[in-house]
Amino acid sequence: MHRADKTPRNLCLALVVLLAAGIIMPNWLTFLATVSIAKGMVVVGLIVLMRTGLVSFGQGLYYCLGGYTVGIAGNYLGITDVVGILFLSVVVAGIVGAILGLLLCRYREIFFAMLTMAFSMILYGVLVKSDNLGSTDGFNVAHVSLFGWVPSSDGVSIVIYSLACMIAFLTAFFIHRYFQSGMGFAGDSIRENEIRVEYLGISPRRVIFYKYVLAAVVAAVGGSITALVAGHVDPEMAYWTTSGEFVFVALLGGTGHVAAAFIGAFLFELIRTVAFDLSPYTWQMILGITLLMVILFLPKGLWSLITAQRTGRG
Amino acid sequence: MTNIILETRGLSKSFGAVTAAADINITINEEEIVGVIGSNGAGKTTFINMVTGYLTPSEGTILFRGKDITGLSPMQVTRTGICRSFQVAQLFPELTTLENMLVAHSMLSKKRLGWQRPLKSQVNIDAAMGALEGYGIDNYADAQVTTLPQGVRKLLDIAMAMVGSPALLLLDEPTSGVAIEEKFALMDTVMEAVNRSGAANFFVEHDMEIVSRYATRVIAFYDGRVIADGPTAEALANPEVKEFIVGTELHRQQSESGEHAEN
Repeated sequence: MHRADKTPRNLCLALVVLLAAGIIMPNWLTFLATVSIAKGMVVVGLIVLMRTGLVSFGQGLYYCLGGYTVGIAGNYLGITDVVGILFLSVVVAGIVGAILGLLLCRYREIFFAMLTMAFSMILYGVLVKSDNLGSTDGFNVAHVSLFGWVPSSDGVSIVIYSLACMIAFLTAFFIHRYFQSGMGFAGDSIRENEIRVEYLGISPRRVIFYKYVLAAVVAAVGGSITALVAGHVDPEMAYWTTSGEFVFVALLGGTGHVAAAFIGAFLFELIRTVAFDLSPYTWQMILGITLLMVILFLPKGLWSLITAQRTGRG
Repeated sequence: MTNIILETRGLSKSFGAVTAAADINITINEEEIVGVIGSNGAGKTTFINMVTGYLTPSEGTILFRGKDITGLSPMQVTRTGICRSFQVAQLFPELTTLENMLVAHSMLSKKRLGWQRPLKSQVNIDAAMGALEGYGIDNYADAQVTTLPQGVRKLLDIAMAMVGSPALLLLDEPTSGVAIEEKFALMDTVMEAVNRSGAANFFVEHDMEIVSRYATRVIAFYDGRVIADGPTAEALANPEVKEFIVGTELHRQQSESGEHAEN
């Protein structure tokens, strides 16, 4: 009656293919793929929230926190080990997410969306006014190491790419399992009927709180990866348009599967790169038309094409 | 000796100048089947909403197994052992019947919402299918809730409430919106499940035939107050109940059935 779950196997295959591809990919594509994976991580968190019926326009807050944690850890705290830095990002985002989550879990719909954006813009405002952190220009992050080994300047991008692939694999695997669990379905249930959830003895606020913290943590990891591969952080990471990009990617890919976040992120980066190359002054229009087409013809995102094919409706 | 499971003392609810429920003093015993009657706006649903935490009483106390539960949230009330169904079935429309039941199992289980194990494990599916079978709706397991007939939705709503093995089940108009020919079959199924579980049952109903057949005791509400409370036949024969609630229709039906019996 219920088909076997092929996602873990497919994720393993994707990891192998991506790691192998990293060897032959040109630098520009490696950079593009790493940034896509990083943004896909943020979108995974956003999907966790969207499946609960909440749209955050403020995931840039954690994306930026993750990025600045990398910069501050390397430049001011002397922590250059990638794993240590990522762990620090998770801790920082977890603490901030837990504090803000206590307030945000009380709000729904547009109020939730606007509050998340407000918090993100507060961070943006603070960073813009902070001369020590480079103000609007941001600052370059220190050269990183991996368990004591310092990769060369040329090799660092492939190291970060490989690490990003493995982190994305673990995140996708964990979040996929999470979506299949009782806690995962609790999100769908809250989106569908919050009153019923309460009458099944569960606090929707508590569930939303956990999901918000989870979304914060994965967004911060995404921000850290971006900072590591770009070698630079600036306040734009917390700006509302950055958060809007994540929502765009979530709509493009769809919320039906964890892989949709990464596919959507890669396509988004690809479309943007090509659009900018074709039309440097009107590339936003091409992105806008793409989003319009997706909303009109694939309201559940690109992943709905795969779902339709599986159920024989495609 | 019967044990009181629910007791309300001076329970009242006002919305501004409007009093929806006034000075309601009720006791319900363990395993008792209580039918609640009253015209629209009599205060029946307000009473259920206060007991289950959806509304906070303006005055009064609610005791469940001797413990004060006044003002608790729906979640807390559910955890004490009181479950309810709704006049309009409260389900998860985009999920299937089976998924609805799986979610109910997951949320009402002792472990509550684990994230390590899949919700659709074979063990969980077997348990959920068993529960659906108990209500005769296992044939609809893979159907999305939006496609279900009204009677099946009602049964699923009640089946989900019963997952937690409540000590008290409050049903708000279980047969409303259900076709006449399906009403008794639905109530038979529900009552069988309730009897199996040993839960006390407090059900609001407009259909006097259903009340007469299934309730052992009737509480009649009128204008936010309890105007009769007693064994079914006695309560339905109460002059005030006849005048304000049952009306001439049931009286006529009862007379007719009496005549048939005499003949």
